[in-house]
Amino acid sequence: MSVTSFATPGTGAAPRPAPEAEGRAAGTLRRLFRSPLSGALTLVIALVLVAVAWPLLRWAVIDAVWYAPDPAACRAEGAGACWAVIVEKHRVILFGAFPYEQQWRGAVIVALWLGWALLTAPRLLPLAVRLGGWVVVFLVSLVLMRGGILGLAPVGTDLWGGLPLTFLIFGGTVAGGLPLAVALALGRRSDWPVISFLCAAFVECVRGFPLLVVLFFAALILPLFLPPELTIDKLLRAEIGMIVFFAAYAAEAVRGGLQALPDGQEEAAKALGMSYWLRLRKVVLPQAIAVALPALFNDIIRAFKNTTFFSILGLFDVLGATKAALQDPDWVRYGLEGYLFVFLLYFLICTGLSLYGRSIERDNLRRLRRAGE
Amino acid sequence: MNTLAALLCAGLGAAAALGSAASAGTLDTVRQNGVVKCAVNGSRPGFSSVDSHGAWHGIDIDTCRAVAAAVFGDPSKAQFLKTNNQTRLTALQTGEVDLTAANTTWTRARDTDLGLDFISPTFYDGQGLMVAKELGVTSVAELDGASVCVRPGSTSERVVADIQKKYDISLSLVVIEDQKEINTAFFGGRCDVAVQSSSGLSSTRAAVAPNPDDYVILPELFGKDPMGPVVRQDDAQWRDIVQWTIYTLFQAEESGVTAANVDEMRETSDDPAVRRLLGVDDAGGEGLGLDKDWAYNVIKAVGNYSEVFERNVGMGSPLKLPRGINALYTEGGLIYSPPL
Repeated sequence: MSVTSFATPGTGAAPRPAPEAEGRAAGTLRRLFRSPLSGALTLVIALVLVAVAWPLLRWAVIDAVWYAPDPAACRAEGAGACWAVIVEKHRVILFGAFPYEQQWRGAVIVALWLGWALLTAPRLLPLAVRLGGWVVVFLVSLVLMRGGILGLAPVGTDLWGGLPLTFLIFGGTVAGGLPLAVALALGRRSDWPVISFLCAAFVECVRGFPLLVVLFFAALILPLFLPPELTIDKLLRAEIGMIVFFAAYAAEAVRGGLQALPDGQEEAAKALGMSYWLRLRKVVLPQAIAVALPALFNDIIRAFKNTTFFSILGLFDVLGATKAALQDPDWVRYGLEGYLFVFLLYFLICTGLSLYGRSIERDNLRRLRRAGE
Repeated sequence: MNTLAALLCAGLGAAAALGSAASAGTLDTVRQNGVVKCAVNGSRPGFSSVDSHGAWHGIDIDTCRAVAAAVFGDPSKAQFLKTNNQTRLTALQTGEVDLTAANTTWTRARDTDLGLDFISPTFYDGQGLMVAKELGVTSVAELDGASVCVRPGSTSERVVADIQKKYDISLSLVVIEDQKEINTAFFGGRCDVAVQSSSGLSSTRAAVAPNPDDYVILPELFGKDPMGPVVRQDDAQWRDIVQWTIYTLFQAEESGVTAANVDEMRETSDDPAVRRLLGVDDAGGEGLGLDKDWAYNVIKAVGNYSEVFERNVGMGSPLKLPRGINALYTEGGLIYSPPL
């Protein structure tokens, strides 16, 4: 044997057939029962799941009372979840104290937001159209809420509430907060010490306060320091507080993105003779934001959930309205169902946001990879 | 929330001086705004809550509507701001609202330290004790050894301490932060006694008890809980308006004037008290800066005190509270209006 070969010498036998592809189910099954211990654990966990899932299913679906104008139906022997409480209170939960006859306006707003979100989620339309659409949706929502023109009865901001209010606060926070965040992040990396110090101080200060205190200050204390001629609507004051709070957190995410960018990128752009703004727009920000996206979506989802803090202003956001509606002595015992409904609402919207964020991330990765080829 | 409150207090110390300067002439401000702004609790059925249509109901709501009727002749010109226990008085101090009707207990500290004035209570409450009927307890003195569910730092906790001393009994405390959890614990049998304001107890019993008839509220009431509207201290005219709006409700009940018969009474009544009340004989509103129909408008809008009470917390409501000490003074209660 002079040459050592690792290949099987041709002994005449036919090549071994490729192992048969294992089905996905079979593979999972094999992994679940790999050893006696793992098999036993699988069985125990399955039993526990069934033991929990079956009563839950019975409670939530099979025995549930779906519709009952009279709460007595929910107290019947063997009745499960009382979803009738949602049917009874859905107007308050979704629209708060907005005048009852005008609540169709709130419904239109919700439909607009969800509709445009679903329509633009696949990102088939050009970016300018999508953003322009959001601006239109936002302005139309404001007009619908405020009223006072086009024959719509005026509704004071003190009566705004529910899901439309949540959407408006959230939209305003992200739309106003993202540009501010980018500006703060760039400012903090500025070569001018004054600017970088001011931006850093601003971010650190705002991050040092709880959101509740920021809102409290904006809503109740600030008017005392403003001249009496200058009256800014309380909702707007609080919204500015939200934007500032959001921007302080998002700025740090953007700064992280900026730091992840190799210096060579900007230097190369400089060498090509690109101006500051052009470098920012074409080289720095697209890459920095792409890196910062996961953290940014963290902040965006948090901004959505933070809208519940607006109940401190005396406004009925979805959660606050649910809480208030469930104090009704006739329905107070079905608080669990009410909170589950709100949970589901928030869960769906936040999951939607997070899926959207992930799909943008994937797109970005693909684009970067293509650019790198 | 406590730290928040502490922080605010610091801020408010500085703010109080500013606030008082800015808030002179509440009536003018109200007229300018076109609405009476009221801070309410918003989550207290019977006092202030929203129904399934988002409409407001409750004694505090009716108080505010009555003031709106007095000023504008229109009860719909009342605007409600949902507040919690931390913000209800702050909102008043900062001028965010014109009056607070958020079932706030009148105490010396609140009245004297905060730059606020409490106005004649619209509801007198007290702390009561509820037990399961099957225990066979009929009086507080028989409760020796019982376990009591209380909220930390609440009035009820203080009341329980007082009871132990007064009756020389020992009670074991089960301290739970959240009222909903207290209810669960009590009706689940984790404690024998629930302590709360009597209005709270009856609403809990009506709403949460598996069978309301299985529970009794002991006859003794402890502590004083007079609840009424609050205004800023610096505006005597506004204070008078709110004060006499409430007295109008009381006097109307005493004179038998209701929302239904107020028109007829104004035309036909010979009773001098009624004629003065409704501004037939003298121009009742002048001293208040209101027109002479103001009291008529109040009664027309919300009825007299008895109507307000029965509709919101009495027999016409799920709470089914008896009038008790909230009856007219002529019937042994505390509801009394000075003569007109």
